[in-house]
Amino acid sequence: MSGMARPKGTLSTLYAGNRHVFRLVAVILAWMVFMALTRFEKFYTLINFQTMASQFPEFGLMALGVMLCMVTGGIDLSTVGIANLAAILTAFFLKAVALPDGGLPAYAIPAAFALAMAVGAVLGVFNGLLVSKVRIPPILATLGASELFTGVAIVLTNGNAVSKLPIGYATAINSKVLGNLIPVQLIVFTAVALVIWFLLNRTTYGVKIYLLGTNATAARFSGLSNDRLLVKTYMLSGICAALGGMIMLANYNSARANYGSVYVLQCILIVVLGGVSPAGGKGRISGVVLAIFLLRLLETGINRFPQISSYYISLIWGGVLLLVMVLDYFSDYSAGRRLKRRPAAPAP
Amino acid sequence: MRQWLRRLTRRNEPYIFLVLLALCLLIEVRSGQFFTANNLVDIASAMVVPGLFALGIYMVIVSGGIDVSFPALASLTSYATTKYLLDAGYTGGIWLPMAMSLVMGAALGAVNGVFIGFFGLPAMIVTLGTSSVFKGLMQGALNSVQLAVIPEGMRQFGTDALFVATNPVSGLSSRMPVSFLIFAAVVLLVFFLMRYTYFGRGIYAMGGNEVSAHRAGFHTRRTKFFLYVIVGMIASAAGLIRTCMMQQNHPTNMLGMEMNIIAGVVLGGTAITGGAGSVTGCMLGTLLIVIVENSMILIGIPTVWKSVFVGALIVIGTGVSAMQVVRANRLAANRNLTQEAAKA
Amino acid sequence: MSQSLLKATGVHKSFAGVHALKGVDLDIRKGEIHCLAGENGCGKSTLIKIISGVYQPDAGTIEFDGKALARITPIDAIMLGIQVIYQDFSVFSNLTVMENLALNSELAQKRRLVNWKRMREIAREAVAKINFEVDLDAPVSSLSVAQKQMVAICRALMFNARLIIMDEPTTALTRKEVQALFDIILKLKAQGISILFVSHKLNEVFEISERFTIFRNGELVKTGETRELDSNKFTYYMTGREFAPQQFVPEQVSKEPLLEVRNLTAKGFFEDVSFALHAGEIVGVTGLLDSGRSELALALFGVRPADSGEIRLKGRKTDIRRPRDAVRGKLGLVPEDRLSEGLFLPRSIEDNLVIAEVDRLAGPLSVIDRTKRRDEIRRLVDEFKIATPDPKNACQTLSGGNQQRVVLGKWLACNLDVLVLSGPTVGVDIGSKHDIHEILQNLARGGMGILIISDDLPEILENCSRVLVLKSGRIRKEMDTRDADERLILSHMM
Repeated sequence: MSGMARPKGTLSTLYAGNRHVFRLVAVILAWMVFMALTRFEKFYTLINFQTMASQFPEFGLMALGVMLCMVTGGIDLSTVGIANLAAILTAFFLKAVALPDGGLPAYAIPAAFALAMAVGAVLGVFNGLLVSKVRIPPILATLGASELFTGVAIVLTNGNAVSKLPIGYATAINSKVLGNLIPVQLIVFTAVALVIWFLLNRTTYGVKIYLLGTNATAARFSGLSNDRLLVKTYMLSGICAALGGMIMLANYNSARANYGSVYVLQCILIVVLGGVSPAGGKGRISGVVLAIFLLRLLETGINRFPQISSYYISLIWGGVLLLVMVLDYFSDYSAGRRLKRRPAAPAP
Repeated sequence: MRQWLRRLTRRNEPYIFLVLLALCLLIEVRSGQFFTANNLVDIASAMVVPGLFALGIYMVIVSGGIDVSFPALASLTSYATTKYLLDAGYTGGIWLPMAMSLVMGAALGAVNGVFIGFFGLPAMIVTLGTSSVFKGLMQGALNSVQLAVIPEGMRQFGTDALFVATNPVSGLSSRMPVSFLIFAAVVLLVFFLMRYTYFGRGIYAMGGNEVSAHRAGFHTRRTKFFLYVIVGMIASAAGLIRTCMMQQNHPTNMLGMEMNIIAGVVLGGTAITGGAGSVTGCMLGTLLIVIVENSMILIGIPTVWKSVFVGALIVIGTGVSAMQVVRANRLAANRNLTQEAAKA
Repeated sequence: MSQSLLKATGVHKSFAGVHALKGVDLDIRKGEIHCLAGENGCGKSTLIKIISGVYQPDAGTIEFDGKALARITPIDAIMLGIQVIYQDFSVFSNLTVMENLALNSELAQKRRLVNWKRMREIAREAVAKINFEVDLDAPVSSLSVAQKQMVAICRALMFNARLIIMDEPTTALTRKEVQALFDIILKLKAQGISILFVSHKLNEVFEISERFTIFRNGELVKTGETRELDSNKFTYYMTGREFAPQQFVPEQVSKEPLLEVRNLTAKGFFEDVSFALHAGEIVGVTGLLDSGRSELALALFGVRPADSGEIRLKGRKTDIRRPRDAVRGKLGLVPEDRLSEGLFLPRSIEDNLVIAEVDRLAGPLSVIDRTKRRDEIRRLVDEFKIATPDPKNACQTLSGGNQQRVVLGKWLACNLDVLVLSGPTVGVDIGSKHDIHEILQNLARGGMGILIISDDLPEILENCSRVLVLKSGRIRKEMDTRDADERLILSHMM
């Protein structure tokens, strides 16, 4: 009566389950080809790719954290707030342990990272508790938290930037390894992305949060600790945000309460473009990573056309998002599935 | 009488009012400057733009949706209007700029309306996308720069006063801007729409249960579409007024306001999930945020602490609201059971 | 000879390849109470939606009061006098009773502006028709389920309804409320209104309807006078199979109890509940909707922990504050609402099956052992005979009966000692119901302790050796099922 179906062709099953990812790959390839045809010499240089790879981890790391929250059906609007606060505290630390000649002791940078991650974790747990124990809707909880964290950052710095940091930190993070090839920022991002990929796809944590995002009530009735899962998720998001802050600290060689404010909505845009549903329960990290690449490629590519203001990025970004959504809408419709407003097929 | 009182305690608005009152009294006690004529006028003046935005977003949230594109929309329309009229050497009154803004606001709002109303795509994502598009149009296509000079008619509108209130003690005086009248008019309009028309009741119904609303006979798609058009018009009016009041146009100045406005509306009792809320509550919540943002200095709290207080306010306010919901649900379940037991 | 009010002939309807209705007929006479029965998926919901204008038939004719209906919209149907009361009542919880009642008629008259006074008048008139006493200004969210249903009925009556279709109206009602509903239905009949009553509960078919129609798999199986129907024929028409009730006889009941409950209390729900469950036993707990039986299940599983009292699992005192505590103590719960509490519908059958034991399938660092998982899924699908072409399909593609098997499978994969089931066969087709009972009886024989919490008395009598009757939160009587019958149990419940 039961019986496992004959496995369909691997490629076709892969496509059906990852339609969205394939579309993103297609768009990226199309753009790469376009750039190759029009601005090959200016775009396909090592320097260009290295610069891209050193910059996107700023918001890329934050987007990974936001993705986790969205899978559980929530959202994290406080990523930038956490990033800035972590960066500011780290900057204070670095200045405090700076040696008289302006250098840094050997333990300083690892300690700084540990400090930042700890700050991110604590702030993330705060968010998680608001969402799980107090039961504030995530959009409002992280909104208030964001304001709060940014406020604390403003008070600590009196609204000014923390600068004149020991140069050791920025040089370390801005350097390239493996024969001057790969930027350190990229290494950090890749490491975190791999960890998250692993968590989501190979551990019980991943299975549990996908199900939690699908149906929190059923999760509870299946014996899952919803509260603990949520706190863990927001904590991870906080850590990712803090790491993003560390990258910003290196890239700008300073920290300030209002850096990167556009990243909040941009991260959500990226995550949604990457195929994560704000309702929860769906989304793959491959999609989010591809969306991050796509954004960076688009931005850098447009920069190579000086006639086109780089502000057009915003326009293109929003347009691409809307386009992808409309495409999804029509493809779902033609695939025979009915959407909300059309009469649903009767339940079996 | 008792039933009216009991019903009142179930609603959010009285609590917000009490908190607001307590805050005002605190400031008055600490500084003696709160209930002065000029301070009240200052606050009223500060309420105009956020209040207009709040009215628009309130309607959207009640319908079960959300809109994060309204600051970008307002920035785009106000910039476009100001630039165009500047370039054209316009010297007339406020009517033309306002009309232009409204038309543009309606058109841009219609974009939201098509995607959300007719295609039925999720509002959060659509408005994120359109927010980006509007910003891109303004900064990219229109090459926006700060306009330090604005057309005479708009400048005049910004400085015109209904009356001037002077503080006898400090000698400070504040103008009550003419735009406050527009704000008051929109408040009344939205109140009327939501309470006395089926367009408005349809918005509440959709926020409660969209499928049922459709079954009951509401034209849900059409309603949503026009809702976003209206919100676009209100937002663009607000943007224009802000430019006039600031006497200059700073393109990116309003961007980022969306979250605090939403917070104010939610604090006032509008459920983020939709279907509940009132104009009164919305105004009270926004007023609370405006006062916290503007008047803390009167208690001697330096402005650098502003964000901390606003953030704490949002966290505590939404936290209390959330706990109330949990308690209300538990009480309702209990009540049902005791009702049944009593009937048995 | 009474005439036909609604006559459907040869109606066909397909959706994306699924042939939901294969040429069915339905004949409802004027002023009669007609029952439409059938298992989930038989097509009764589809036909109702066609009659009420939500769908258009692919083929066939529908005649209302002698006139053939062309393409009608929901508003057309309402104007003709066809009213449907859906299971969710289509009420607006966030609006007042008054608004809920008056909205439809105001909209039908294409009004733009709201006149609250006029609305109140309309609402007052509507509730007067069946003497329903309610606070018009109360938000509907504060009403009980039965009251919400009354609001829906009042609303239905406002349009000079000629035919009222009720879709499974008694699902969430207490017995008293069901009685009240039936009284209303008789009153409506006296006013000349026809009622089409959709139900799969045999006792209701008997109690209220004059004629019945049974669908199976999109086809008409039988239509006739209710007085010619009996329980065996009903089952046969509904499922096409004959079932012999298998009374459960416990064997090898252990001396030590697996589960012992002493003085368990949850304020406002149940009080001082004590009982014991042994291995090899199936014990039933029954009572009216407000007896606290549902809450007892939730307390045992930790979803809504008790306020005081003791729970002992295998002799050891266990504090059950959250579901994890129960699972760790080897107690599982098959919840009342399968769809929203028991399953993750859009997720695969695989995910649903292993979620409760997922920690056991993982190694160090919580990494999931994929081979273990795959083998486990294969085992469960076979053991519980889950009918699906591919376990990677979404759970929502399964029928109600198969879905319940998934829920069962999920728990039994955890090697439990005690399984509590709340309403285990609600909304399950008779075939699966029988199979599930067989599974439960086998489990008991295999050494588990089973607690069935249900208001389906035949189910209790057939499967349990002992039954606890709850009334208003207290155990009124504990009896051996061999000495009990429905009437006796009912007398203790009320």
